[in-house]
Amino acid sequence: MSDLAYKMQTIKLSAWYGPRQVLHDVDLVIKRNSVTAIIGPSGCGKTTLIRALNRMHELSIDGRVAGKVLLDGSDIYASEADPADVRRRVSMVFQRPNPFPNMSVFDNVVAGLKLNGIHDHRRLKETAEICLRKAYLWEEVKDSLQKSGASLSGGQQQRLCIARALAVGPEVILMDEPCSALDPTATAKIEELIRELSDAYTIVIVTHNMQQAARVSDFAAFMYLGRLIEYGDTRQIFERPTMELTEKYITGRFG
Amino acid sequence: MKDITNKRYLKDRIYISFCYGALAIALVPLLSILFVTTSKALPVLNAQFVTQLPAAAGSSGGGIANAIQGTAIMVGVASVVGIPIGVLSGVYLSEYGGRLSDLVRFFNEVLTGFPSIVVGLFVWGTIVMALHHFAAIAGSIALSILMIPVVSRTTEESLKLVPKSLREASLALGIPKWRTTLSIVLSVGRSGLMTGAILAVSRVAGETAPILLTSLSSSFWFSSLDQPVATLPITIYYYAISPFVDLQNKAWGAAFLLIAFLLGMSITVRIAFGRRTSA
Repeated sequence: MSDLAYKMQTIKLSAWYGPRQVLHDVDLVIKRNSVTAIIGPSGCGKTTLIRALNRMHELSIDGRVAGKVLLDGSDIYASEADPADVRRRVSMVFQRPNPFPNMSVFDNVVAGLKLNGIHDHRRLKETAEICLRKAYLWEEVKDSLQKSGASLSGGQQQRLCIARALAVGPEVILMDEPCSALDPTATAKIEELIRELSDAYTIVIVTHNMQQAARVSDFAAFMYLGRLIEYGDTRQIFERPTMELTEKYITGRFG
Repeated sequence: MKDITNKRYLKDRIYISFCYGALAIALVPLLSILFVTTSKALPVLNAQFVTQLPAAAGSSGGGIANAIQGTAIMVGVASVVGIPIGVLSGVYLSEYGGRLSDLVRFFNEVLTGFPSIVVGLFVWGTIVMALHHFAAIAGSIALSILMIPVVSRTTEESLKLVPKSLREASLALGIPKWRTTLSIVLSVGRSGLMTGAILAVSRVAGETAPILLTSLSSSFWFSSLDQPVATLPITIYYYAISPFVDLQNKAWGAAFLLIAFLLGMSITVRIAFGRRTSA
């Protein structure tokens, strides 16, 4: 059932908010070390879909999930799976930068390690530098690591959140419209970063922005009304969509 | 056109003057209390007053140091008991809130509005009766019962102000829920928590009725939690109704100290946490 090329795979994944079903039998594959973009109009279930990929959906009031989500072939919703463990392997970057305001830049980056009981200062220091470098933030903050995380600019804060997500050693990084609160310059930096990170990580990005999806992703999935309408190579989806609905959306006729 | 503008202007002025008038009326009692207390207290306020035990009735000199010490100890013990319970209950309401939470919240509200003498009566009927005498610890328990709903409520309110996105960010890092609550939610909301705790302390520091039924009073230094203890509110009460002018003056002095303490607490809260809690 599982293919090694697939880092993650959803099988008949459905999700609800109370009585309202927001995802209907989604079968999606996510290829290893690639960027998969999830596109679709507002309210189509994009965010719910990626929140179901690291068991964040169930934290919402009345949030409920059915179906399977395989990570390296094993179901993250299996009864023996630990949600905290899943979330460390499948990390998440949110729509709005959300650094912890009570912590310094340094402590923000290593929060996931510290609060999981790792206090070895040398290891924390090393991890912080490596992750900040990976997030292209090191040069900008290396002299102000003890400053509050909230004192950075919006774009820096989002890169700090990416560094923070990297520090727990994830295999997959989920990004929920990571640039929607940022200006074009900051957006360009994050996009470049996403391309760079996809060498070592599997990335799933939700985006509203067609150009962004076309620029950063290798594969694209088009969602509509809680269903997966079409999945394929980003190029194919944008240039020769097979479904009429996809074409209509991509050419801006609705959504 | 001009007419309408004038009319509106006039209306506006009238309403505003009403507001200022109401403000002035509201300030009259506060300012007069402060003025009268201060002016009556000034003659007795000296080093002796705050460092010495009461002198024998009728003789001059002496102080109310034991009442200051007693209030500090009794409120301190009450805080050590009441604040943690209140904080934990507030954390439960804000972070976990199962089926019980509506019930807990309801009882909290009822308890907040409870006449403090009823709480005193309850402690008198249970603890004082069991001990067969008045005791500082009984007063502390009564005060902590009064603190719990206040602390619980302010804790719940200030934790609810912590953005949900921070909880999610933490959980998404694989940090367990209890850790998230402790290191993120409580830490970010701590200024609100401190404000609530300090307000609760200043609320109970001036309570009189429950202490009258539980700790009563004493003319000596604090000896043990098991024994009666002197406190500022009870000292004010006894001195004020005594026939001796000297004691009556000391009652004003004690009242001044109590007000100064409460005012100091409020100002501390404003300076230390005011800006951040309103943000």
